[in-house]
Amino acid sequence: MEFIRKWVQALFFLITNGYWNFPVTRGIYQGPLKVICSPGLNCYSCPAATSYCPLGALQQLMSGVRLALANGQVYIGFYVVGAMGVIGGFVGRMVCGWACPFGLFQELLHKIPSPTFGIWHPLRHIKYGLLLFMVILLPLFAVDDHGFGQTWFCKYICPAGTLEAGIPLLMLQPSLRENLGLLFFNKLFFLIFFTVWAVLASRPFCRTACPLGAFYALFSKVKLVKLRLETENCTHCGACHAVCPMGVRFNESPDDMECISCLACTKACKFSAITLEVGGQPVTRQSPCHTRKT
Amino acid sequence: MKQKKNSPPPKIRRAPFVVIFIFLVLGAVGIGLGEPSRVLEQAKQICLSCIGIG
Repeated sequence: MEFIRKWVQALFFLITNGYWNFPVTRGIYQGPLKVICSPGLNCYSCPAATSYCPLGALQQLMSGVRLALANGQVYIGFYVVGAMGVIGGFVGRMVCGWACPFGLFQELLHKIPSPTFGIWHPLRHIKYGLLLFMVILLPLFAVDDHGFGQTWFCKYICPAGTLEAGIPLLMLQPSLRENLGLLFFNKLFFLIFFTVWAVLASRPFCRTACPLGAFYALFSKVKLVKLRLETENCTHCGACHAVCPMGVRFNESPDDMECISCLACTKACKFSAITLEVGGQPVTRQSPCHTRKT
Repeated sequence: MKQKKNSPPPKIRRAPFVVIFIFLVLGAVGIGLGEPSRVLEQAKQICLSCIGIG
């Protein structure tokens, strides 16, 4: 299953970054596909991006609400939130494990041999604060004299934007280097920080700072596709704790908001206590020979 | 020996379908308001300040 997941991750990376003409045009893709929502964190200013980043689009809409309303345009994010919610309702944070390019980037970094550290559990709450303040409230309410806000998360934090858009565009368009300042080095700091952290710990950005993951996490109880604990089969051996890249103790918290449904635990569990279900119906079979006899 | 009764088939969860429907409606309202054209317009441009340049 891990093999399949890696291929799916690679496929989503290529689909959401499928514009390979950018070395010739030295710009970004400007075609009609950009009206489609990228399920994972994928900056739409990335030269290869073929879809829009829901976080970027939402901040842009929030920051321009006043001007849009003044012009009689009711652009308040229904389309973007609707797309995000449909994805969340179907698979929730499964996106993080299967379809997010920045998640894949962190997973690959964590394969570099190094000492491994855990992540202090309370840090997971930071991403909900970032979603509320830097993606919604600040772009909406911290406005300039013209009533226009800023894309706070993109502008000051998002390491995916620096990696996928900032650095490639600086290479493609040398004239942009004249504009470099403190803002860019602040973003570069976050990219380096999360890159180093991802070598040492599993998926630190997803676990502590990704507002998109925080949004999808809100669907953990009601998403269509999710993992289910077969309590009668669970021996509490802890095998699922050891393999989880998100630090979830699945048998203690089956609807954990951190679960990215990567299915590592289903493979690790020798008692078929963890199954995948769609809308309440199991889709992975329980192997009778492995089922615990009581 | 008594044979163990088969457990009833698992119920279909309705909540995900309700949630998906609500957000589909929300998205449809957004389309009706013309938001996709605004999103496309934004996504076609390089937002320099968004990526830390300028």
